[in-house]
Amino acid sequence: MSSQSINAETVTTELDNILEMENVSVAYAGNYAVKNVSFNVARNAITSIIGPSGCGKSTLLRCLNRMNDFILDVSIEGKIRFEGQDIYAREVDAVEVRHHMGMVFQKPNPFPKSIFKNVAWGPTVNRYQGSITELVERSLKQASLWDEVKDRLNDSALGLSGGQQQRLCIARALAMEPNVLLMDEPCSALDPISTAHIEDLMFDLKSRYTIVIVTHNMQQASRVSDYTAFMEMGNLIEFDESERLFTRPSNQRTEDYVSGRFG
Amino acid sequence: MTASLTRSTTKQAHHMRSRHAKARIFAKFCGLVTWLGTALLLVLLWQIFSDGLRWLDIDFLRSFPSRFPERAGILSALAGTLWLISLVAIIAIPVGVATAIYIEEFGGKGKLVKIIDINISNLAGVPSIVYGIIGLTLFVRGLQLERSLISGALTMSLLILPVIIIASREAIRTVPDSIRHAAIALGATQWQTVWSHVLPASFPGILTGVILGLSRAIGETAPLIMIGALTYVAFVPEGPMDSFTALPIQIFNWVSRPQEEFHELAAAAIIVLLVVLLSMNSLAIFIRHKMEKKLQ
Amino acid sequence: MSRARHLPSITNGQVRWHESLIQGGLGFCALISIITTATIIFILTRESVGFFQVIPVKDFLFGTSWVPMFEPSSFGVLPLLWGTLVITVGAALICIPIGLASAIYLSEYASAKQRSIIKPVLELLAGIPTVVYGYFALTFVTPALQYLFPDIQVFNALSGSIVVGIMVLPMVATLSDNALRAVPDSLRQGAYALGATSYEVTTQVVVPAGLSGIIASFLLAISRAIGETMAVTLAAGATPNLSFTFLESIQTMTAYIVQVSMGDTPAGGVAYQTMFAVAGLLFVITLLLNVIATFILKRYREVYQ
Repeated sequence: MSSQSINAETVTTELDNILEMENVSVAYAGNYAVKNVSFNVARNAITSIIGPSGCGKSTLLRCLNRMNDFILDVSIEGKIRFEGQDIYAREVDAVEVRHHMGMVFQKPNPFPKSIFKNVAWGPTVNRYQGSITELVERSLKQASLWDEVKDRLNDSALGLSGGQQQRLCIARALAMEPNVLLMDEPCSALDPISTAHIEDLMFDLKSRYTIVIVTHNMQQASRVSDYTAFMEMGNLIEFDESERLFTRPSNQRTEDYVSGRFG
Repeated sequence: MTASLTRSTTKQAHHMRSRHAKARIFAKFCGLVTWLGTALLLVLLWQIFSDGLRWLDIDFLRSFPSRFPERAGILSALAGTLWLISLVAIIAIPVGVATAIYIEEFGGKGKLVKIIDINISNLAGVPSIVYGIIGLTLFVRGLQLERSLISGALTMSLLILPVIIIASREAIRTVPDSIRHAAIALGATQWQTVWSHVLPASFPGILTGVILGLSRAIGETAPLIMIGALTYVAFVPEGPMDSFTALPIQIFNWVSRPQEEFHELAAAAIIVLLVVLLSMNSLAIFIRHKMEKKLQ
Repeated sequence: MSRARHLPSITNGQVRWHESLIQGGLGFCALISIITTATIIFILTRESVGFFQVIPVKDFLFGTSWVPMFEPSSFGVLPLLWGTLVITVGAALICIPIGLASAIYLSEYASAKQRSIIKPVLELLAGIPTVVYGYFALTFVTPALQYLFPDIQVFNALSGSIVVGIMVLPMVATLSDNALRAVPDSLRQGAYALGATSYEVTTQVVVPAGLSGIIASFLLAISRAIGETMAVTLAAGATPNLSFTFLESIQTMTAYIVQVSMGDTPAGGVAYQTMFAVAGLLFVITLLLNVIATFILKRYREVYQ
């Protein structure tokens, strides 16, 4: 089906998949990092992308909100559709795409501003119409950070602990009221307690958002996600419901990887 | 909730368009301003060359200054500059590099090093004319060295010491500690380690700092005027105690005269000055390039 | 000697002796910088004290007329301070916006190739001797200004301001560029991921994050402009002037010092000592600016993981 002719409002109710990837390939200066990947992301579910370092999972994730636009010499082939619309179509505005897809990065990257301003900044530049104070409170509550910071909203965000900073970054993304939350190894720089905190949070968020998480931690993927894509050397090896992929993988390579016999 | 990527209401669309327009205009503005600033160099060079080139010949380099533009030349100024820069190099390089070595390798983290550190960064910001006053009071009058090359060289050395020290320290700091540990573990003393490992490894960086400092000394005018080098000198200095003139002084002298011809002579002298500066810098780049290749 | 004991010696007096001698020599060189500062302060203070015994400090700092060479003489430094201020403000108006815009372009927008052209040009501009800028002011800027403002004087503050602004421009651009490039890329990505445009990311995230370095670069450039001598001596003239105009001749503190040193003022007299009082004031002002800049850099540098 052709992507642009579709009116988004009518389609949303019909599609179960909020994101569709069709033969997506990504090359940096002619070297393919992602090769011919196709799979769909289900609405209000957590989909994880796992695989060894350098398998192209982060690259793929960054294509979904067009963060790869900033890299010179990158070429992206295939189709990525959000609510049925090709996000790389010429008339589509990358800034607009990012409004709908929040992103949380590997290392917490709060702005060197106050906690309040970190959350309020995105909605402010987008001229949010409602009450910013309420939005900030709601976002911080959704990120289960509110109780820890409500008395020091004007303190610098850099004074928070690593785990708190990462939840602040999640709150910052949620304040944009996105449809999809993209998480790029959000726990790799955190200790086990903060990690557990964020995993709980992801369960809570599932009812309102669609989450795509890249992780190299298989336990994490099997714990939190409904669907899992396993990638290796740029190829999608297997995509399935997490339970099946981790217990009865259909591909030998997947089995080797998830059972630890990697190589 | 709408999730359309092409905006639904015209108000939103208008808002987004204006944000993008702002971003585009801002980027264009920054680029334009930068390239215009860069173009200034071309304007400056064009101005100098179009004025000065026709005066530039071998006689210009071989003649002494004169009241008659057509007979005037820069022999004594060029000789003075070469003398000055050699003396400054002899004085400032050892002292500057030694200071840097002391601070980085021997000073430890003590209070003395902290004081020297703050002191050097502040000295780097002292206006050159203040150094000129110190030169006048201390060297010309105090030590009675008169308005000689050595007075000028000592003044200039004080002026460029911070430049050499700061650059040398940075170069020494980039030498990894593993090299020091390896040498010390082989039984070398601290000085042997510095002399045979740290200094060679940091040489390219030190050289860059030295050239930077010497270039500054070649171009500085105010301190030389302060110590009284602005005199009519129609001879080539033969020793450090001789009085002298230098290229920037000669340029200042010619620029301050009202006649057009002297302005053009000044342009010609500026060309010579820039050629001297450029060849020094190219030499530094060349040596650095060679050294870096050898080290790799 | 050590062999007789059949034990390897671990005390070797001779090597240690060399070491301490060398260390002492190096330490002495390091002390020279402190001696230099002490000498500067000593000389400026000694001569200024002599000056202030004749002329009250109050008359010097707040007097509005500067006539040091002729009778009846008057030693109010305000006209010189004003001249310096006019030049500095003019230069700042040029170098701050242009320098910051260039730094933003260099760090946020320029490709590697564009950088490789602009950076060496900035280095070249920074390496051009100030007397050359003086020449540029007299032979290019002033004639151009005469075309725009027919009644402008040959020596005028505007021309001086412009060339001093151009002169310190590379410093602002280079130091601010360094400050912006020190802002980690993850902040930019975080901001872009929130759906911001490049303008919003640059002005609201990157520039604020690098602000301490940027402000320090402004202060250092202003300090340079205040201490600048040759270009203003050549372009702005030697008329102590308290009027607010860019079109007339003025005199800065530095230009006054040059004027005294070029004349036949006998050493030891009050007129000669004015040079030290003015230089002392110049030294204090620039030192203050540099100290504040260093303080801002150290105190407000954001620490990122």
